[in-house]
Amino acid sequence: MYLYDDFDRTLVAERVDEFRDQVTRRLSGELSEDEFKPLRLMNGVYLQLHAYMLRIAIPYGTLSADQLRTLARIARRYDRNYGHFTTRQNLQFNWIKLSDLPDVMADLAQAGLHGMQTSGNCVRNITTDQWAGIAPDEIEDPRIFAEILRQHSTMHPEFSFLPRKFKIAITAAKHDRAAVRVHDIGLRLHRNGAGEVGFEVIVGGGLGRTPFVGKTIKPFLHKRDLLSYVEAILRVYNQYGRRDNIYKARIKILVHDLGIEKFAAEVDAEWQTIKDGALSIDPALIADIVARFCYPNYESLSDQPGELKRARSANPRFETWFRNSVSAHRVSGYAIVTLSLKPEGAPPGDATSEQMDEIATLADRYSFGEIRVGHEQNLVLPHVAQRDLPDLWASLDKIDLATPNIGLVSDIIACPGLDYCSLANTRSIPVAQELTRRFSNLDSQREIGRLHITISGCINACGLHHVGHDRILGVEKNGQEFYQITLGGRADEKAELGALLGPAVPYAEVADVIEDVVAAYVELRERPNELFVETVKRIGVEPFKERVYATR
Amino acid sequence: MTAPSQQKLKIHGPVIVTANRLSDGAVVYRAAIGGWTTRIEAAAVVTSAVAAKDLLTIAIADDVGAVGAYVAPVELNGGRIEPGNLRERIRLAGPTFDLPITFGI
Repeated sequence: MYLYDDFDRTLVAERVDEFRDQVTRRLSGELSEDEFKPLRLMNGVYLQLHAYMLRIAIPYGTLSADQLRTLARIARRYDRNYGHFTTRQNLQFNWIKLSDLPDVMADLAQAGLHGMQTSGNCVRNITTDQWAGIAPDEIEDPRIFAEILRQHSTMHPEFSFLPRKFKIAITAAKHDRAAVRVHDIGLRLHRNGAGEVGFEVIVGGGLGRTPFVGKTIKPFLHKRDLLSYVEAILRVYNQYGRRDNIYKARIKILVHDLGIEKFAAEVDAEWQTIKDGALSIDPALIADIVARFCYPNYESLSDQPGELKRARSANPRFETWFRNSVSAHRVSGYAIVTLSLKPEGAPPGDATSEQMDEIATLADRYSFGEIRVGHEQNLVLPHVAQRDLPDLWASLDKIDLATPNIGLVSDIIACPGLDYCSLANTRSIPVAQELTRRFSNLDSQREIGRLHITISGCINACGLHHVGHDRILGVEKNGQEFYQITLGGRADEKAELGALLGPAVPYAEVADVIEDVVAAYVELRERPNELFVETVKRIGVEPFKERVYATR
Repeated sequence: MTAPSQQKLKIHGPVIVTANRLSDGAVVYRAAIGGWTTRIEAAAVVTSAVAAKDLLTIAIADDVGAVGAYVAPVELNGGRIEPGNLRERIRLAGPTFDLPITFGI
């Protein structure tokens, strides 16, 4: 956990006071909606179909147990007793009253939480690997640099009115769990030939109406140059990014239009003017940030303790969960536990107040009081002693949080869709719910293997639909809900956009089509462990198309 | 189901004006007797572009009562006013699935 200081606390408290005054003036009519809207958006407040929605930043996806209890309390007191974890490591409340929002924000501030820069044309919440600091394949903790970027970009006067929103993600592991290649800037910590640790800088990735996999603009950037180089990219984007057309305003369009070589040259020219100035990161600053992160005081433990071995051999349900939801930790004797927020028939990413409270209790008991949020809309207990896994599983099982479907076909990413969102054309959540029912048999899911389904209710792609192995995009046709199916996308270090299967299918047929696609994959794969994306890459979408559309 | 704010004012049947209440975001309808109501059956129904534009102009002017006013289609079934598309059915009745309070402990 990162420990906020008086400066951070004062900044957030002052923002609460400012927003309270703005809400008062809006409710009295002193401020018009046109005047108020940009102010509320800068605090993460949207107006959705039924109510206001508050989006709360969870920087780099790290939450304390006390912060999670605060979120549970707010859900209970001000909302409808649940919250929704998003694909950008945020949490959303969907039924907040504007008149309550100043008090909500004051409660959040007490816990070191806020909604600043979760909306608006600014640098949004910096996201990273939910296994940051604990993944065995990680070089360094990427949250250190996420925090440096967070501090630099928060209320940055030059970058508060960018052409469009701006999203940065960082990974430091071999396997990219942060989807860095589909962000405006993706940063990958790695070691160069000389053994130095620095960043591969990737720019111009993104989904939405015009999806692009990001391009490498700098294969190796020294850590001291992180802020100056990111600042140079933002300055070039701020100067040349389009403001006349919202659909062409993201940096990916600028990079595409200029070409990566010309864009890189512009960035380099800008960078040369600032690289050795105030933005150069002193190693002492990095050391100071590192010192503000509290790392657990791990015990000296061995892997595979007797308690774990006995439970694995005695209880098949525990063994199934262990093999699916428990991952290796960089510290021996400990494990990373992923909690599925995708039980059969439930809206993906939702957690009730009672679940949040119970997770907080379990985090205190078993995970040094820490919880992580992943972009797959699941939660993680990051530091669980392996000897405690049987007891933890029993507790999770009681609250529907031990579904062993992580990475499987029912671990679906879905945006809120037309059931909540004013931008959506079609529903997403009911499609996801139906698919979890169709694929409810866990034995079948394991036989199918790793397969990621993503669903977006409109072209804006909050459900990351372009990079799902099997993605579903809702489109409107003459007032009816239709869905395009795309196969073969992925968001990891081999990021690719999927290929369209064929004509869009109506709402009532989506689950049938996905079942057909999955059945075809099981028949067409060369071997049981050939991933769905590998099969699609090998044979293309035609064999799937023939299977799906032959009877339609 | 294009975003209502992006729709041109083309009237092909009965319509109402709807918005979200400022204080809590609740779905409201411009009432036949003036002001806003949460009851769609009390909404003012018009059938021409001119009348719809007039109703919308009055609604937008009430910036403190409700925000984001727009014209939405309705169906008149035996005199009952019912939403004319899926978006409006969801706005009136809420999400099309059970909210998560029904699972968990």
